[in-house]
Amino acid sequence: MIKTLTLAAMLSLGVASGALAAGERQGGTLVFTAPYGSSFATLDVQASPNTQEEFITQAIHRALYSWDSIQNKPVLELADSEDVSEDGTVHTYRLRKNAVFHNGKPLTADDFIYSYKRIANPKNAFPGASFIANIKGADDYIAGKAEEISGLRKIDDNTLEITYTGPINPGFPLMQNTTVIYPSNVEDESSFGKSPVGLGAFTFKEHVPGSQVVVEKFDKYYEEGKPYLDRINIVLMAEDAARDVAFRNKEIDVSILGPTQYQAYQGEDALKDHLLEVAEVYTRNIGFNPAFEPFKDKRVRQAINHAINAPLIIERLVKNKAYPASGWLPISSPAFDKDKPAYAFDPEKAKALLAEAGYADGFEFEVTASPNESWGVPIVEAILPMLQKVGITVKPKPVESSALGEAVTTNNFQAFIWSNLSGPDPLNALRCYHSKTAQSACNYTSYASPEFDKLYDTAQQERNPAKQNDLLRQANNIVQDDAPVWFFNYNKAVMAYQPWIHGLVPNATELAVQPYDEIWIDETAPDSRK
Amino acid sequence: MLRFTLRRIFQIIPTVVVVALLIFVIFSVVPGTFAASLFADGKRAADPQMIARLNEEFGLNKPLLERFVAYVTDLAQFDLGTSFRTRQPVIDLINDRMGASLQLAIAAMVFALVVGVPLGFLAALRPGSVLDTVTMIGAVSGLSMPQFWLGLLMMYLFALQLNWLPSFGYGDGSFRNLILPAVTLGVTPLALLARTTRAGVLDVLNADFIRTAHSKGMSEAKVVRWHVARNALVLIVTTVGLQFGSLIGQAVVIEKLFAWPGIGSLLVDSVAIRDIPVVQGTILVIVLWFLVINTAVDLIYAAIDPRIKQE
Repeated sequence: MIKTLTLAAMLSLGVASGALAAGERQGGTLVFTAPYGSSFATLDVQASPNTQEEFITQAIHRALYSWDSIQNKPVLELADSEDVSEDGTVHTYRLRKNAVFHNGKPLTADDFIYSYKRIANPKNAFPGASFIANIKGADDYIAGKAEEISGLRKIDDNTLEITYTGPINPGFPLMQNTTVIYPSNVEDESSFGKSPVGLGAFTFKEHVPGSQVVVEKFDKYYEEGKPYLDRINIVLMAEDAARDVAFRNKEIDVSILGPTQYQAYQGEDALKDHLLEVAEVYTRNIGFNPAFEPFKDKRVRQAINHAINAPLIIERLVKNKAYPASGWLPISSPAFDKDKPAYAFDPEKAKALLAEAGYADGFEFEVTASPNESWGVPIVEAILPMLQKVGITVKPKPVESSALGEAVTTNNFQAFIWSNLSGPDPLNALRCYHSKTAQSACNYTSYASPEFDKLYDTAQQERNPAKQNDLLRQANNIVQDDAPVWFFNYNKAVMAYQPWIHGLVPNATELAVQPYDEIWIDETAPDSRK
Repeated sequence: MLRFTLRRIFQIIPTVVVVALLIFVIFSVVPGTFAASLFADGKRAADPQMIARLNEEFGLNKPLLERFVAYVTDLAQFDLGTSFRTRQPVIDLINDRMGASLQLAIAAMVFALVVGVPLGFLAALRPGSVLDTVTMIGAVSGLSMPQFWLGLLMMYLFALQLNWLPSFGYGDGSFRNLILPAVTLGVTPLALLARTTRAGVLDVLNADFIRTAHSKGMSEAKVVRWHVARNALVLIVTTVGLQFGSLIGQAVVIEKLFAWPGIGSLLVDSVAIRDIPVVQGTILVIVLWFLVINTAVDLIYAAIDPRIKQE
């Protein structure tokens, strides 16, 4: 099967040995790692917004849409086709007839209606409710004003009509971990958290809390010939150093690398050829609060962008495990402007801008920062001497990650350093700069620009993807010029994999999450895996 | 003896109340909430409506005093609350993990006892010998070595270089998986036990009643078995008790490093995401464990040395 390689795919180095390999072999056990904590919060993945639970979702569940890492866009998953109305709001889905839940129930339109109502049920307070809010009538249902979601209509068992609130691309909200489809014939909903039932390629076998989840091949999976693997052990491994030893000892098949390990692995012959890299859809930045007097002036914000040598920090501190950021939208975004240069490192220009703004003698501000090595206190300490040279004094204000989230979403900061979602949907990513988006939602820097709003609103109504991306590209450039943040870098995610593993893809939304049904193990694997 | 036992058991209650109060106050004033932590990795935009709904559901909008009263009321009924994250009873989460924690703590203590006590004993019987010097150097190293670093060294040596043992995880609960974390965790109590035993035995060896025993013509073996060992036992039991009580708390680092599914790793994760009921419940269980073991040690101590009971 030949697929068009996108920019994100081309950025990956390891994809050639992964997605393009041939001669898929059936059978074997994959030992996959879940690196984002020492436990799974719940097996009821609709209830969890965490990446950690996505490792389970990928195996057990399916949503209406899924992310295609090669095409770099959402594609239909549980429907064979869809018809879209003239105004782009009504989508009619012809559902897969061969999709069966692990409990034997065939997939029908009732399962979608049941699942979306469960996700949006205000009593549940599930994180996916904001995605379901894109469906007409969902807001009333979430607010408890309606018994049904009016935009959901069952035409027959295999046909579902969804009316959206506007001409959006529903693929993005309805491909999420939190919007997967559950069977509507399970009476005890609490069982979803203990023995999950889904439509995925693998069935739930065992959960050892704090240790691992085991899944096994589902023989009635709707993709013919898939999955290739018999079993997956999804093991919890939060410690980088321990994961490193386990990977080198061939106890695990994949490992997500941090900057230090990335540098080490690149220098070792046995490891350097099995690294999968991708520009993920996260932008690391320092956000400026315009309520703090100096940051009201665009020239001050631009001056900071000119005063910091971002490529040097990326090289020395982040060990090149990042791409320098030119603006908000990342390299893998379809609306990324490759012709728009980043702010040049130019301390003299920074000084001039500060003088023009009335801050020739500089000023002092604090940056609320978590301990994260790639977008936390160490980075603030690195920019400190650079800003000092143009007269600005920076003070890091160290906090824990959860406290950072609280400080930012309550507007309690002068500046903050964070890594924020900036894709894959450029429309959704730039929503965070619309003046109507609440500060506490994601407009953390209280950005407001009539020019930006106009372009964004037009893009929102535009149905031609190319034209829409063009409008969003212009909007993104306005954000770059206004510099509500210091644009630091776009994360380069790196996964090391054993040489016998094939089928891994450069998933720009989250590299650690892989389509297990595409993965296979060749005959060079150790006996314990075969 | 019964009065002594009851008195020691009742002394646990005020300690637990004070600890519960401290935990509540500390986690009420530290910044960060569970709802905010859901967006802390920046991988999704914050959802103010969801934050508000969660804070409402978990009662975090209520006044501090009202929350404290509810917490104490639940606690008095042995209800540790419900996890913010999993929506399961905290006691169930702790039950899921307690077995692995106990397994690790017991294995570490057995290792420390089996190796540490004989070494300390032998070192004391031959003061200044090579064995004594090596044991004490080893004990000081064991006490001063960071557990995280030691664990990594063990992984590199026994898993990566020698390929004898798995480097991480619980696996199917086999003994092979237990060895590395247990040995790493057991090194500190081993070192302490070796030093304490040596010191205790040396003290006893210099006591008048030992000289009397020798002067009565008692054999060396009998002196050691009947007088030295029994008298040194009081100090050893105390050290074992204190160490065993604190091992579950100390295991936090080891569990995290070796991906061991005990309550230590549950606690670390829960603190990071401000799952307060789980944090409170886990710390209470660790404290309770410490107090129970200490009480048990006091009782054993009293049984070994009747003077304690009389005091």
